[in-house]
Amino acid sequence: MIGDMLHEAWSAMGANRTRTFLTMLGMVIGVGAVILMLAIGQGAQKRVEDSIASMGSNLFIILSGSVTTGGVRLGGGATPTLNAADAQAISELSSVSAAAPMVPGSAQLVYGPNNWGTQVTGTTPSFLTVRDWGLSAGFPFADSDVRSATQVVLLGQTVVQNLFGDEDPIGKTIRINNSPYTILGVLAKKGQSLDGRDQDDTAVVPVTTAQRKLFGTRFGGSVRFIMAQADSDDAMPRVEIAINELLRQRHRIREGAEDDFTVRNMTAMADTAAETAQVMSLMLGAIASISLLVGGIGIMNIMLVSVTERTREIGIRMAIGARGNDILLQFLLEAIIISVIGCFVGVLVGVGGALAVELLAGMTVLITPISIITAFAVAAAVGIFFGWYPARKAAGMRPIDALRYQ
Amino acid sequence: MNTPVIHIEHLFKEYVTEAGAVPVLKDVSLTVNQGEFLAIMGASGSGKSTLMNIVGCLDVATSGQYLLNGRDVSTLTGDELAHLRNQVIGFVFQGFNLLPRVTLEENIALPLIYRGVPRAERLARANALLDRVGLGAHNRSRPNQISGGQQQRIAIARALVNEPKLLLADEPTGNLDTKTSYEIMDIFSELNQRDGITIVLVTHEPDVARYAQRLIRLSDGRIVYDGAVAHAGPEHLEPASS
Ligand SMILES: Nc1ncnc2c1ncn2[C@@H]1O[C@H](COP(=O)(O)OP(=O)(O)OP(=O)(O)O)[C@@H](O)[C@H]1O
Ligand SMILES: [Mg+2]
Repeated sequence: MIGDMLHEAWSAMGANRTRTFLTMLGMVIGVGAVILMLAIGQGAQKRVEDSIASMGSNLFIILSGSVTTGGVRLGGGATPTLNAADAQAISELSSVSAAAPMVPGSAQLVYGPNNWGTQVTGTTPSFLTVRDWGLSAGFPFADSDVRSATQVVLLGQTVVQNLFGDEDPIGKTIRINNSPYTILGVLAKKGQSLDGRDQDDTAVVPVTTAQRKLFGTRFGGSVRFIMAQADSDDAMPRVEIAINELLRQRHRIREGAEDDFTVRNMTAMADTAAETAQVMSLMLGAIASISLLVGGIGIMNIMLVSVTERTREIGIRMAIGARGNDILLQFLLEAIIISVIGCFVGVLVGVGGALAVELLAGMTVLITPISIITAFAVAAAVGIFFGWYPARKAAGMRPIDALRYQ
Repeated sequence: MNTPVIHIEHLFKEYVTEAGAVPVLKDVSLTVNQGEFLAIMGASGSGKSTLMNIVGCLDVATSGQYLLNGRDVSTLTGDELAHLRNQVIGFVFQGFNLLPRVTLEENIALPLIYRGVPRAERLARANALLDRVGLGAHNRSRPNQISGGQQQRIAIARALVNEPKLLLADEPTGNLDTKTSYEIMDIFSELNQRDGITIVLVTHEPDVARYAQRLIRLSDGRIVYDGAVAHAGPEHLEPASS
């Protein structure tokens, strides 16, 4: 019986191919848009989550200057108040697994005829712990290198790529700002940071080397900022308070006076970023859903026209014994078939579109089975929902009125 | 005593239009027994089709009683009426009312779909009927590929596919030439005589009416003659205009 009904619905759709096609197109575009938008949204979300994971966990950044009304007063720590000893002291706090002083700056790296400008950061070996960053080759510099400010360097993958190509860089000497540095190791690949920077486009030297030789900081032993890692998520609030107290003490800040530093909970900021990404992803999906709704209304519209056009046919069927439900099912099936086939093609279009976006625009896209299953469920629901009213209308006709209809 | 196939008492029908209620059938009473062959004549607008539609369960009376095989039709649900139209009544329309998109065999088989008969059996029965109405070779044609007379045969075949006890035909030869009309009427005669099917047929043509045994003459919504065709006077057999 249902097989006969499907056959009937199919031949009715075939009888008006152009219209069936156009109605389906509405569904195809709707579903395609939802799949594509979800793929882009979830791709962006995944990218954010990946860069958060690459940032290191339970992370604090301590900057020079205080947060007053309107953000960090001394942007980026223009008047440095932090030094490597602060970092050392922080690392000795309980529940702090590591802390690293950071002295970043840009520099020109030269190897043979090759030349590459990048960010060079002076820090201590703790840096690798804080950032959960391993080496893909070689070995890190030691605390003794920091003590004696040796001219050694760790290179990020992008820098290696640009200076060495396929050549093995370990043990080679490059010139940084015209001074020779020995390459000890190569950092593992990290990918993009939250703000879209290439984290592998970097070089790392001992903090003392950066301070005394590379950048010659205005204030002797000062550092731009400190990165610290708590040993667990639960310890974060406690550690934040402890760092605050410690630094106020070390900087001899009187009761009631303003801090000359700022402690930022990076994990909390990352959570916010992740949430934002998720909301964006949902919003993209929601906007695309509107086109699905429009597609559904298109189905309803066409089904209403179809019911009116086929009033006589409905009358004939009723006159020879079709029940209301037979007619209802017939029109409902047509609507469902249109929406499900439309959905199927829409999924293909959406997936194809997403791959094209990834390939052409270089955006990260993510297609999950859930979004495809959801699209099918929604399409079937749209078919039933928007097919119901026209089908009901057909089934509710009186046989004699339907037969007389001109 | 046998239950009459059709038993109508004091039936009234009025149509509600913008201009108000238009009475069309005015106190019609009629009993038709199993195996009868009845012709209904009357001027255009006298209410013949209205009566046929009510008898065929396509429309309902405004008041009065209609018992079909002893059951009061006004108490039945929509699905029960659909069941009667499907299996008890065969209806042949003046305008054939075939589905244009569908092949002839499928047109004939259509009522069987709503009875849940499997496709193979449906087509077998449809083809048997196609042979019976002399169109066996046309099973795969569509309605617009055959003549009016042939379409009417298909419509008759469709009405017969569920082996109804009652066959209703509203001007089945109205659109056909004389020769074709006689061929169609021969089919009706055979159905009545050989298969014992009760037939009620509306016509304007005295020659067609003579195939029946009994004649009903409607005039302005009332029955003005009810008796044997053989005894009907010329005024009751005259074609049009009252
Ligand atoms: N749906 C309707 N609404 C209003 N009036 C109607 C409707 N159907 C029929 N009528 C009126 O009822 C009267 C009887 O119509 P009916 O179709 O029964 O006549 P008939 O005897 O079959 O005529 P004909 O020989 O021309 O087919 C006519 O006056 C017609 O105008
Ligand atoms: Mg009529």
